[in-house]
Amino acid sequence: MHSKPKLGVFKFASCDGCQLSLLDAEDHLLAVAGAVEIAYFLEATSRIEPGPYDIALVEGSITTAHDAERIHQIRRDARFLITIGACATAGGIQALRNWADCPEFVRSVYATPAYISTLDTSTAIADHVKVDFELRGCPINQYQLIEIIQSLLAGRRPRTPVHSVCLDCKRRGTVCVMVTQGAACLGPVTQSGCGALCPTYNRGCYGCYGPAAQPNLVSLTNQFSAAGVPRDDVVRGLRSFNGYAPEFRVESDRLENSREPHA
Amino acid sequence: MTTSTAVKSKERFLSKEAFAQLFTVLRDHGYTVIGPTIDQEAIVYDRIHSVDDLPLGWTDEQAPGSYRLKPRDDEALFGYVVGPHSWKRFLFPPEATIAEANKTDAGWQFEGTTDDPPKFAFLGVRACELAAMRVQDRVFLSGAYVDPIYQRRRSRSLVIAVNCTQAASTCFCTSMRTGPQCTSGYDLVLTELASGFVIDAATAEGADILDSLETTVALIETQQEARAARQQAVQQIERRMDTTDIRDLLLSNLEHPRWSHVAERCLSCTNCTMVCPTCFCSSVKEVSDLSGEHVERQRHWDSCFNFDFSYMNGGNVRDNTRSRYRQWLTHKLSSWIDQFGTSGCVGCGRCITWCPVGIDLTEEVAAIRGDVP
Repeated sequence: MHSKPKLGVFKFASCDGCQLSLLDAEDHLLAVAGAVEIAYFLEATSRIEPGPYDIALVEGSITTAHDAERIHQIRRDARFLITIGACATAGGIQALRNWADCPEFVRSVYATPAYISTLDTSTAIADHVKVDFELRGCPINQYQLIEIIQSLLAGRRPRTPVHSVCLDCKRRGTVCVMVTQGAACLGPVTQSGCGALCPTYNRGCYGCYGPAAQPNLVSLTNQFSAAGVPRDDVVRGLRSFNGYAPEFRVESDRLENSREPHA
Repeated sequence: MTTSTAVKSKERFLSKEAFAQLFTVLRDHGYTVIGPTIDQEAIVYDRIHSVDDLPLGWTDEQAPGSYRLKPRDDEALFGYVVGPHSWKRFLFPPEATIAEANKTDAGWQFEGTTDDPPKFAFLGVRACELAAMRVQDRVFLSGAYVDPIYQRRRSRSLVIAVNCTQAASTCFCTSMRTGPQCTSGYDLVLTELASGFVIDAATAEGADILDSLETTVALIETQQEARAARQQAVQQIERRMDTTDIRDLLLSNLEHPRWSHVAERCLSCTNCTMVCPTCFCSSVKEVSDLSGEHVERQRHWDSCFNFDFSYMNGGNVRDNTRSRYRQWLTHKLSSWIDQFGTSGCVGCGRCITWCPVGIDLTEEVAAIRGDVP
């Protein structure tokens, strides 16, 4: 990579929170701005440099036919395409439509449904184009984003751990909310990234960083059931920001489709 | 315990009122007191400042995958067993910077660890925890490579042990021959009674502190009462692990179907290794700032249950939960003996209580032994 790589930040269906994480990285932003040329970042500046880009950060999921086309152009323009956040990586909260009747949603929400042109599904960027790296989280962790940029500048593999949230709880001395309170915590199957934020504030993990490496969903949901958590609550818990991530999706579908009371 | 010389046992009686002075005496001796206190619905180890910080009148109820605080019907200060934390948090800190480097005009300038901990007084160390410290001493202090962070913290720490007078359902120290009575490895040892404590010193530093406290002669009856209280803990221990030939038992059963059975339940979440007072694995990473001019080498607790932990040379050598659980249990109970001349398990039961799905290693060993179907 040449001395000052060009960075583009692109948005699809999303809340902009992940892009804000980059702007929030105040202590590091000047260093980032010094290390890369910010060539396309509408959230920060209306000045636009044309492609190609050395690094394309892509936020959001694909929910319209227009976006399904647009991502291909970004892929053609980008040397490294990195998705940022749960929407881009797993379809986001808007992927709840994948289990529902989307036209019915449109009719219920919009006064003039005819104005709405949308796909029936919300899908991850990797379902449409080749992605070089997926950065998890809802929202992403700004330090992990800086780490990705740093690793690209240094030409090394990024350091983004794939272990469970539990390891972070234990390192920081947070006491397990599952063991002390029987809380339905997704920490044991969720990838690290937030620093164990929710358990540290005395509630179960919501799974914002998606499935950890080789998660054991069945054992965990069996334990939830044994602790008296209703099956519907477990299904809803799995179907949130990362509900359409394969491991979470398979388990919530399994629970929903199991006719007998969950053992 | 401190490195001061051993002294002859001489039991004294310390009233509950006089016990409160201990905090002042420790402070006068330059110690920062770490001890049991209630936080996050558990009895954790943290910095404490007075007797008021201790869990007076509380106990814990433990079972596989479950821990609950319960009020007691008396005013015991140490009426519970071990909780989610262990002293390793203070001797082998979860995060540590072990070296730094700065780029200067004269080239890279390297600096070693700058760890500057206070002098700790650990109050309320149980017999299984004394055993765990001895195990970690072998790991960090023996052989060619001594860990300077552990060494400095350990050698300056005062250890005030407390004999257990009750047991949790998860305790099995009697099987591991580590407790419940404290026999060595402390500066001071206490046995709590309703009226106060029987206290004894094992080192000169401990004796010095003991001399600063208002104590009286421990009457024969009081000593008998203390013995009976300690015996009560022995009698309450129900969990057993048969350690007969355990090294060979596990190593000759590496393909036992039980490993697959436990892997169906195991979350590979790392909790058992994190709460284990002897597990010592860590990872080291190099962290630089964006300019690349300041670099730190950071060490943090890691675990054989972490998928990334056995990643090497383009692949993962323990690519499934079965192999990771097997690695942990066979190391803890078998190959640890080859490596350090002792078991890695002290029978504290933390891995049983703090496993979110309640996996019990004593049950796994029994299954491999063929004692249960």
